[in-house]
Amino acid sequence: MVEFLKSNWADILSHIAQHLWLVFISIAIAVAIALPVGILITRQKRLRGPVLGIANVMQTIPSLALFGFLIPLPFIGGIGPRTAIVALVFYALLPIIRNTVTGILGVDPNVREAAVAMGMTDRQVLFKVELPLAISVILTGVRVAVVITIGVAIIAAEVGAGGLGEYIFRGLRLNDNRLLLAGAVPSALMALAADFGFNLIEKRFDVSASRRQVGRPLRVAAIAVLALGVLLMGFAALKSLRRNSSHNRGHVTVGSKDFTESILLAEIVAQMLEAQGVEVDRRFDLGGNLAHSALLAGQIDLYPEYTGTAFTAILHHQPISDPRAVYDQVKREYEQQFNLLVSDPLGFDNTFAILVRGDDARRLNLKTISDAAKYSSQWTAGFGHDFINRQDGYPGFSRTYGLQFRKVSDMALDLTYTALSSHQVDMIAGNSTDGRIAALDLVQLEDDRHYFPPYEAVFIVRRGYERSMPPCDSSADCIDPVPWVLADLGNAISTEEMRKLNGQVDGARRDKKVVVREWLVSKGFVKP
Amino acid sequence: MPEAINNQTALVEFRDVSFAVNPDTSGPILDRLNLTVAAGETVVLLGESGCGKTTTLRLVNRLLAPTSGQVLVEGKATTEWEVIRLRRRTGYVIQEAGLFPHFTVAENVALVPSLENWEEERTRRRVEELLSLVGLDPARFADRYPRELSGGQRQRVGVARALAADPPLLLMDEPFGALDPLTRALLQKEFAELKSRLGKTVIFVTHDVREALLLGSRIALMDKGKIVLLETPEDFVRSDNALAKSYLETLETDLALAP
Repeated sequence: MVEFLKSNWADILSHIAQHLWLVFISIAIAVAIALPVGILITRQKRLRGPVLGIANVMQTIPSLALFGFLIPLPFIGGIGPRTAIVALVFYALLPIIRNTVTGILGVDPNVREAAVAMGMTDRQVLFKVELPLAISVILTGVRVAVVITIGVAIIAAEVGAGGLGEYIFRGLRLNDNRLLLAGAVPSALMALAADFGFNLIEKRFDVSASRRQVGRPLRVAAIAVLALGVLLMGFAALKSLRRNSSHNRGHVTVGSKDFTESILLAEIVAQMLEAQGVEVDRRFDLGGNLAHSALLAGQIDLYPEYTGTAFTAILHHQPISDPRAVYDQVKREYEQQFNLLVSDPLGFDNTFAILVRGDDARRLNLKTISDAAKYSSQWTAGFGHDFINRQDGYPGFSRTYGLQFRKVSDMALDLTYTALSSHQVDMIAGNSTDGRIAALDLVQLEDDRHYFPPYEAVFIVRRGYERSMPPCDSSADCIDPVPWVLADLGNAISTEEMRKLNGQVDGARRDKKVVVREWLVSKGFVKP
Repeated sequence: MPEAINNQTALVEFRDVSFAVNPDTSGPILDRLNLTVAAGETVVLLGESGCGKTTTLRLVNRLLAPTSGQVLVEGKATTEWEVIRLRRRTGYVIQEAGLFPHFTVAENVALVPSLENWEEERTRRRVEELLSLVGLDPARFADRYPRELSGGQRQRVGVARALAADPPLLLMDEPFGALDPLTRALLQKEFAELKSRLGKTVIFVTHDVREALLLGSRIALMDKGKIVLLETPEDFVRSDNALAKSYLETLETDLALAP
């Protein structure tokens, strides 16, 4: 860790600065909007309900959804800090507006009446009486907004706005705790410092301070303890995933990663096992390399993986492009290093798909990545954090094909598709089995220099799962269904079929369980 | 020249004044009220809560505007006055004083002078003069905040603030109502002396008949938005009016109970 800090401190500092900048700009804009709006709706009673309602709704929009919505929009959208700032401002508005209203309406009516009766103008009442008396309540609103914004700004990394979120997302993908901590600790400290600092300022401005002073330090302490508690709980949860190996007896636990295809594959196995009378626990949606950790810890019994991911991200080898060699080495080393079993390949390869818009491909007659390389200097590219950071990702890719993009944006993989189809970027690295390739009229360029390693889908199985199978007394019951099911799935799913299954869920928004059920019936794996 | 002010000179005049919060849906709070307040006199509006006495007061400095009729101040309808001018020429004292909690005592008293851009030195002298006038030592109290004062001290500051710009007219809405009985009696007595010394015109709202008898040049007994009796204290105690008698009975009971 010390080593890591030593070699990265400049980078960490610049991310902290980026983060602070995002927060500062967003709060400045939010105050500039929320304060006048708050004052206005103390004057215009009829507007109060609707305005607070809208601000309330804004705050309930999940941040990723908001980013997805903003990307295709002109001016306020796109990728980069601007979109992030728009979203952060959205979240910061409500607490400031609400506290401005509460603060001003909370001014003693006797005091306001005296002010008016003394012959103060509306402006004088506002600036000399109402705002000074409301300032500490308004500052509390700003403080809440700042703390929220520091947290939400983590998500800004998803749209390529930078900040500490980059470390956190990179850490999650690469299963690297040092990166996670480099992002989480500074942002948590930032939130605590902001909270504490604002408290001091509020106290200075609080005209009735003498009455409340006793309660203040207690509240600071309470908030600090709460924040620390949440942090510790998060770490504890992560730890427990690694350590806790207690297991439910009598059934198989199927895990998956946190994207549609992985969940679909896990669901396929789960339903096939259930058809054999096995009780199945589903632990889906494990982000980054959590599935691998959970498997090692005995929390799950099997999950779908890709040979290329196992080869580079888990075994830490330099990528190679021969599918057979990759599979063989993964199978051997998984057994030796982790005591884990690797199933036969399922039949499709979910490799990086270099995608361009269909109309570009037709207009410029692009078939291969080499065809597109000459246009790269006029293009911007949008890549997921994963692709930008991993060994077999962007650095080698751009070298192999001699690509020089005008700009490369680091953003959430899911958002790159929208960014491409709405002309925010011109090239992305998606997944070859993604249903959106067909739905958005995107074209996959051929990897003519065979740069990308194979990503054949396989299942990784934990040795020892069979101990949790029910005891048998007749020989027929003693047949373990897991190997049979996995053998059935060997070479059973083509790339086209997988793309179709993904499209049913991501594009047509159909229920995963139903989609899997229909496919299993159509293949004759389960009886209708 | 006080001699020139003849008792009939009306400083405030109500002409057929009615007031309703919402004339279409609710009944009137004031119903065709007529009242003339002469310069230098103290008219006490006496009545139960809801009888319209506070509304009457708030019509004078146009915190409210009449639904019909006219309120004239110095011969000019309040609706004709520039409202800020009118209010700065009218002292106003309310029950909880309504001092600004973020202003010191001196700043509170200096409020209207500072709004009127008086010179600093003149303001300072005026504040000291007024604090002494209401019985607060300027050296001890000028820099305190309202929360550091007792209720009676706050009310003294409220009176000083109302007098700051030397307004000819003082409006007082139960100014001593929230005080304990001993402090209230003390302030009533001091105020009675103060106002005869200063020669201000005062409209004073109360529901306490003893206070009305002590302070009023005339007492306007109000009921259901009308003035039912308008008499000097001497004639008020002799009145046949049933409502006036019931007020005086409470007074007698109080006296009988007194040791």
